[in-house]
Amino acid sequence: MLHYMGRRVFQLIPVLLGMTFIVFMLIRAIPGNPAQVILGQQATKEAVEALNASLGLDQPWYTQYVSYLGGIFQGDLGISLRTKLPVSEEIIPYLAATAELALFAMIIAVVVGVNAGIISAWFQNSWFDYVAMVVALVGVSVPVFWLGLMEQWAFSNQLGWFPTSGREDVRDPITSITHFYLLDTLIQGRFDQFIEVLKRLVLPGMALATIPMAIIARITRSSMLEVMRSDYVRTARAKGQKMFIVVYKHALKNAVIPVLTVIGLQTGLLLGGAILTETIFSWPGIGRYIYDAIGFRDYPVIQSGILVIAFIFIMINLIVDLLYTVIDPRIKYK
Amino acid sequence: MTGAINIKTEAAPSRERASGPWREGWRSFKKSKISLVGAGIVLFFILIAMFGPMIAPEGINEQNLTKRLLAPSSEHWFGTDDFGRDILSRIIHGTRISLSVGFFSVILSVIVGSLLGIIAGYYGRWIDTIISRIFDILLAFPSILLAIAVVAVLGPSLQNALIAIAIINVPNFGRLIRSKVLSVKEEEYIVAAKAIGMRDSRILFSHILPNSMTPIIVQGTLAIATAIIEAAALGFLGLGAQAPSPEWGKMLADARIYLLKAPWTMIFPGLAIMLTVLGFNLMGDGLRDALDPKMKS
Repeated sequence: MLHYMGRRVFQLIPVLLGMTFIVFMLIRAIPGNPAQVILGQQATKEAVEALNASLGLDQPWYTQYVSYLGGIFQGDLGISLRTKLPVSEEIIPYLAATAELALFAMIIAVVVGVNAGIISAWFQNSWFDYVAMVVALVGVSVPVFWLGLMEQWAFSNQLGWFPTSGREDVRDPITSITHFYLLDTLIQGRFDQFIEVLKRLVLPGMALATIPMAIIARITRSSMLEVMRSDYVRTARAKGQKMFIVVYKHALKNAVIPVLTVIGLQTGLLLGGAILTETIFSWPGIGRYIYDAIGFRDYPVIQSGILVIAFIFIMINLIVDLLYTVIDPRIKYK
Repeated sequence: MTGAINIKTEAAPSRERASGPWREGWRSFKKSKISLVGAGIVLFFILIAMFGPMIAPEGINEQNLTKRLLAPSSEHWFGTDDFGRDILSRIIHGTRISLSVGFFSVILSVIVGSLLGIIAGYYGRWIDTIISRIFDILLAFPSILLAIAVVAVLGPSLQNALIAIAIINVPNFGRLIRSKVLSVKEEEYIVAAKAIGMRDSRILFSHILPNSMTPIIVQGTLAIATAIIEAAALGFLGLGAQAPSPEWGKMLADARIYLLKAPWTMIFPGLAIMLTVLGFNLMGDGLRDALDPKMKS
């Protein structure tokens, strides 16, 4: 197991290096003089040269890349051109905001998706099966940003159940400790704020959860259908085991591997998809951070933001890979 | 499953000639009602895209400021926007944009992906290692984020959005073709073709590529669906089509501030995106079941 883990991590090194290289090239791929493009046409020659020097663009590219890579290893993600603050410090609250939202969305997606898939497989060709699969089909086809806007219109403006946007009530700001507001409000014993934060999570969380939920439901259903036909399930039924136990204990355990793969993949995609949801719900997350940076041509922020998300994406997939061995002992790696 | 048995018993000698993987695929595609619905939706939107300017009640940018933000009525089925433009007409004109971005971006990624995949799969060794690593790296980024990054570099426009979407899809097709080439390469007829001294390029393009077409068609149909959503997402973020283009995502972005006053400005363009994407998804699922029985779920 340890050996396998080591090898998997080792295999990631070229991918991680390649990732840093692509992100590094982003700023250099801007047609023309990047510093001029960043500062605009009216910028003075001195300003352009100063920016060139501070971004290290006046040196040969391989020197730049080595020093960029060296910086990353020391936790240096560059300085934001807009705020003049180090990105590595600035990014943390944004990252926490996205993590809280993504986790919330993923919990909805997994709980609803897995159960809908199981019930659909259990009662194959029932009305529940048909309805669930049609909803899942529509679910993967719906543009998340549009769904978010429709939710705002229906549940916020028309029904008034949830606040339209934002992570906290500006009149009653949250004192941040961990940057995870659900946790922060609990630590401080502010249950009124906890409910407020929870309410604000519902709409963006549901919008973000839709696609993974639909995909998880479909994959769970097909994986369960396959397992349910197997001999040991029939045996379990024949010896009089309750159907609920057969489905949730015996069958699910063997159907879970493909589901887990999808959950891992979707969690990563969720981070990318968050950029749209966060824009709509004014959620101060990393997607919004990158999006605002594009408007200001704040390339160090764009680069590092993308790098951080891609890194997390890779790590999640690694964890999923390693979880396989835990869940299914038959999978052994040499 | 019963379908496969039926075909065998039904096949009369006179019909023998008509059988073949494509025929058989079409037969099983026809049986699935849900895929036919998908194909119907796709055909409907293709017709709209082709004959849009003829059927649209008004032009793309025909403004009438006395008719701003009118609710849907018999005169304006989908209502009007903040410039008094007919939303139905704009959606009809926008169909052409969304479908072409979806279609051409996928064609572009199929071409580039196939070339890279074929080279990697056929020649193997270090070329394979390099190309496969590049695919791994590109796949390590969440796709929409990579698209945003590409557009951030190239500058926002519909054309650059198309290129960005094409780039993010390249590794998917590349990997698909590579694995297909690897399995076809060992077939006897390829070994035979090599033995009689056929040139590599001929083996690749007249033997290996045609035999890899099915998964490309399936994957391509599904990729058009995602490409349409991605183009709309980029348009919505202001990174794709620019005003006054009637691109659906851009229409949503422009209408956002009127969500309260005139929800129809948002509802209909969104429904158009959803329906088109649903059509391609259903059709792709149907094609996969029909052409690629191994992948059947």
